[in-house]
Amino acid sequence: MATYSEVLSVTETDLRDLATDVVARAMKAGATGAEVVVREGSEFSTLVRRGQVETLKESGSRAMGLRAFLGQRAASTYSSDFSLEGIERLVKGALDLAHVTSEDPYAGLPDPSLLGSLPGDLKLYYEDVYSLPPEQRIDWARRAEAAALSADPRIKNSDGGSFDAATGCKVLANSLGFVGEYKRSSCSVSAIPIAQDENGAMQRDYWYSSARTLTKLESPESVGRKAAERTVRRLGAHKIASTRVPLVFDSENARSLLDNIFDAVNGDAIYRQSSFLEGKLGQKIASENVTIVDDGTIPGGFGTSPFDGEGVPSRRTVVIEKGILKSYLLNTYTAKKLGLQTTGNAARGLAGNPGIGYNNFFLQRGARTAEQIISDIKQGLYVIDLLGFGVNLVTGDYSRGVTGIWIENGELTYPVEEITVAGNLKQMLNNISEIGSDLEFRSALACPTLRIDGMTIAGE
Amino acid sequence: MTQNQNLFFQKFGIAPADLQRYLAEALSAGGDYADLYFEYLTSTSISVDESIVKSASQGISAGCGVRVLAGDRTGYAYTDDLAPEKILRAARTAALIARGPSQQSVQGFKESRAHQLYQVASPSVDADVSAKLELVMRADKAARAYDPRIVQVRGSYADELRQILVVGSDGTFATDVQPLARFNVLCIAKAGENSSRGSSGGGGRVSIDYFLTEKTPESFAKESARQAIIQLDAREAPAGEMEVVLGPGWPGILLHEAIGHGLEADFNRKGTSAFSGLIGKRVASEKCTVVDNGTLPSRRGSINVDDEGSPTQETVLIEKGILKGYLSDKLSSRLMGMPDTGNGRRESYEHIPMPRMTNTYMLSGEDNPEDILRSVKRGVYAVNFGGGQVDITNGKFVFSASEAYLIEDGHVTAPLKNCSLIGNGPDALTKVSMVGNDLMLDEGVGTCGKDGQSVPVGVGIPTLKLDSMTVGGTAR
Repeated sequence: MATYSEVLSVTETDLRDLATDVVARAMKAGATGAEVVVREGSEFSTLVRRGQVETLKESGSRAMGLRAFLGQRAASTYSSDFSLEGIERLVKGALDLAHVTSEDPYAGLPDPSLLGSLPGDLKLYYEDVYSLPPEQRIDWARRAEAAALSADPRIKNSDGGSFDAATGCKVLANSLGFVGEYKRSSCSVSAIPIAQDENGAMQRDYWYSSARTLTKLESPESVGRKAAERTVRRLGAHKIASTRVPLVFDSENARSLLDNIFDAVNGDAIYRQSSFLEGKLGQKIASENVTIVDDGTIPGGFGTSPFDGEGVPSRRTVVIEKGILKSYLLNTYTAKKLGLQTTGNAARGLAGNPGIGYNNFFLQRGARTAEQIISDIKQGLYVIDLLGFGVNLVTGDYSRGVTGIWIENGELTYPVEEITVAGNLKQMLNNISEIGSDLEFRSALACPTLRIDGMTIAGE
Repeated sequence: MTQNQNLFFQKFGIAPADLQRYLAEALSAGGDYADLYFEYLTSTSISVDESIVKSASQGISAGCGVRVLAGDRTGYAYTDDLAPEKILRAARTAALIARGPSQQSVQGFKESRAHQLYQVASPSVDADVSAKLELVMRADKAARAYDPRIVQVRGSYADELRQILVVGSDGTFATDVQPLARFNVLCIAKAGENSSRGSSGGGGRVSIDYFLTEKTPESFAKESARQAIIQLDAREAPAGEMEVVLGPGWPGILLHEAIGHGLEADFNRKGTSAFSGLIGKRVASEKCTVVDNGTLPSRRGSINVDDEGSPTQETVLIEKGILKGYLSDKLSSRLMGMPDTGNGRRESYEHIPMPRMTNTYMLSGEDNPEDILRSVKRGVYAVNFGGGQVDITNGKFVFSASEAYLIEDGHVTAPLKNCSLIGNGPDALTKVSMVGNDLMLDEGVGTCGKDGQSVPVGVGIPTLKLDSMTVGGTAR
């Protein structure tokens, strides 16, 4: 039998030459500035359910995006057509569009002196993610699911176990002479078991491990066992009466609060007056134990890259230091708008002006374990799942569905569901009273366990 | 011959004989069924921010996805290059899901009889970009004119034209040319220390004319600004169980989250939905009849054929409170021995189709909306929502109110801060005690996410009263 990678391998193209060629064509066609991103990637995924392969998917794709300037006007085009005809249409389309957009005094490429790429091996690419033969990839997915199914008799069904691998290459070139490229790889193994109680009520949860190299992936067995533990602890969950008690967000769900904070320090939201943190630079906005950092330079990190979406080298930016808001996260445009310097956080999609993204965005660890934090609490709720999108970043109002485990006299007791937790992010940040020691980079966002006081639980 | 048959056959030089060859390759290792999904998508977007057009973009993506089914197993591969050797390579990759002697594809294709749901003379993706620019500028002007407290306005217009060709080894042959356009206006208001936001939008499978005649930029701008100004004075929402009245239209997101996802056939085939095994059982009050209907003309959630080439239809999900049916695609209908309801959808050629909703709504009842509000002693009247989410397996769902009011002694009083409503799918609708005679569908902004795939959908309800629902506010 042929292996999948033999059947489908990504076409070898000199993407670097292609990107610089398209920049040159745009300039020749009359652009005063141009920036091209070329992306090429391949993916493999398999899902095994109840021991049988359910889906097997493998493919490669590539696409190109052009941002062209005519003086202070900008426009962009993208395409997956790399033929000469396709490229000519891409260039002409962008220039035609740039004739109709508005003059924006802040538009433009970064200052040439800011362009560059981090030196050295950032450990982002490992060929080994595709090294397993297909049967073994399927077997990893199968093992993760099997470990979950056999971990507890109450695990009765499954949404499967999966193994995924992907590699990608990104090239960025602009008319100021910048050209850079990097490759990244990732792989992951996960399991989604379903548990059932004696009344037939079902609960589902998941666990996963992801890494840039196979050698750092947790074993499928440990992923499956953890998924099963997380699922059975939800069995028998019920609603409770409305109350106000301390909340402890487990490290997995605390990450979502960090995501909300990112949205609030995003330079786009700041200049558009759409964030509750607008105008708060230099002010105390969180309790003193809170320090939040964005760091795009951590070797091997999920959010690491040698340069951002505009060709500015990645860096480390302290966003909140001991409760004081120190920096927003900015690209060239938002920095100019706010009279600041870019922090190298430009995020470039194929189309449109660059947005802003985080690199490795994390809250610094505290001293005590999650168990110690819980042990102090007489009555409280340990948050193990969040549902919905009830966060208003303009006002900071926060209201989300929750599944949790009730804390009684410092111990985790019974599971609770169909309730909401609500408050306002302004107060929530100031009410972070404890930070766990369990900071772990399982993705580009990482947060330890957090205790937050003063929120309202709505239930019966 | 339809327009996009021309596109794939002429522009990419694909002939019917090639399609047979690709399907034969896909079934070369066995398999029960194979299909090819060709897609050519063009899109434009333009937006206004701080009263100037800072960005405009357009793009093209094209490709072909090859799927092979063997029992309940799916092999899938795609290519963004439509050269014959690339499609054959994808077909060989997808074929590896099966282990057996090669299977024959049926000879000759049969074109499905399709609806004609899009009344679009010329697709707006081809319209002059300066006409689109004019639209977003008008929205900016109207929103700022509404009230001096509106300090930021962002208006955006986006459209696309999706041309598809689907062929299957069972003889399926379907083409569609699907236009889609959407307008959005976001406003920020400020007064002293208070800030707020408002958001409005709409569209459908319409041309740019729709925004010049039926739903103007001014109408979206005023609605967005109105919401933002009202929210400036919002007070804390209550916390706990109480009577809830949902306004007509977009609050139908309740149905989408509470029951729609739980009735998608794939979850029920696998027994992982809170609704598994409940067909024929009561899951709502007898006043509730809920349908999914992909055949409403010009609606965002409508399509002539689904992404497996099957015609869309109206499917009754709940009739007078009794659960009647699931939403199915080819795979689930074959494995469950149930009819294919034409709900097999996918985000693009890179994705495997699965059962998805189209336009999901509840039929009108007999109650007067004013009587419904008058019947509430103390509760919440929610008329606009942000997003929602559901856990299919335990049935718990939330949806977040972006415009809601307190009801006191039958009167709508103070506006409330954003809050989530939470409930349990299989019993939420059993608490519906009044159903208005005012069914409305949403304006055409819905996008549904499942397994990482987004598809456009519609929702709708008449004014509804739920005797009890948990409101996730902060006030005692």
